[in-house]
Amino acid sequence: MAETIKVGIADLNVCTPPNLITTIGLGSCVGIAIRDKSTKVGGLVHVMLPSSQEVKSNSNVAKFADTGIPELVNRLEKMGASRSRMVAKIAGGAKMFAFQSKTELAAVGERNVEATKKALAALRIPIIAEDTGENYGRTVTFNPETGDYEIKAVGKPVKVI
Amino acid sequence: MSDINVDEISSQYFDVLKEIGNIGAGNATTALSSMLGEKVDMAVPKVRLMEFKDVGTTMGGEEQIVAGIYLVVDGDIHGSIMFVQRKESAKTMISKLMGMPSEQPDEFSEMELSALKEIGNIITGAYLNSLATLTNLTIFPSIPDVCIDMAGAILSVPAIEFGTIADKLLLIETDFTDDEDMSGFFILVPDAESYGKILKALGVM
Repeated sequence: MAETIKVGIADLNVCTPPNLITTIGLGSCVGIAIRDKSTKVGGLVHVMLPSSQEVKSNSNVAKFADTGIPELVNRLEKMGASRSRMVAKIAGGAKMFAFQSKTELAAVGERNVEATKKALAALRIPIIAEDTGENYGRTVTFNPETGDYEIKAVGKPVKVI
Repeated sequence: MSDINVDEISSQYFDVLKEIGNIGAGNATTALSSMLGEKVDMAVPKVRLMEFKDVGTTMGGEEQIVAGIYLVVDGDIHGSIMFVQRKESAKTMISKLMGMPSEQPDEFSEMELSALKEIGNIITGAYLNSLATLTNLTIFPSIPDVCIDMAGAILSVPAIEFGTIADKLLLIETDFTDDEDMSGFFILVPDAESYGKILKALGVM
């Protein structure tokens, strides 16, 4: 019986078929799914903030794009995945409230997406699909067997990228 | 001003925050009662410092549809305040305010969203007023914005703001009741410096 592994906010985990891995209610956060196409080892990290350098409270590596993504890649490598075969799909980074851009953490969703792209580029992992921005929350489920990244949002049809 | 580590809030600070929550929610209840023109009761608020990953579950799961009313706070302190309700509780409040039942149980019309903003304005305003009075600090709230979505996505907004100073979120749960459930949660997110200011103004540090 296949299991669905749950990843919380500022959390990460790895997964092998036939299991699935999911994270619920991505708002401005970004859910990054990474998979080795041949070993079919996959993983998901749910990052909240772009950079661990900007804040003091940075003990949880999964909270930040700049530390969470390398950590997920490490975990995948420990499971036998090879970085050269890894590909990524990303979702989230919404702007939930219209005036959010006026707050100190200006447009954090957008900045999370940017930092995610930067971290993946630094690791030479290509992004093969993305569903980011807009103004609604997303629940995502990743299938390491097929690489399908299923995206559910309130009042919208299910999307697979 | 030294920043404080919110993860190490002592029980004394916690009691103070609880008391602010209590008084703030009390004022909010009075405001709500006069707005709705009926008696509204309030249970003693529950103040909880929660791990981010557990926050969604307090509202009946991360996928529970909630209404979040969000305001930016300025003045002597900086940060934001959010009032979150389950969709059903928000609907109940709106229909009481508008004096008629909702035509669409699953969707919110423009009129309903606007009513919800007003409710949020009054409730959070009352809450902030008591905080300002208690601390003698000047607090200006912005106009509110409302968003209806999954609890996880809505709550990630204050969680992200708080995330810069802590791995936990301070949640004040307030049960407003008359004959129906209208409970909601306040989430006050001062920035690190403002946290210190509030606690200092209250004489606990």
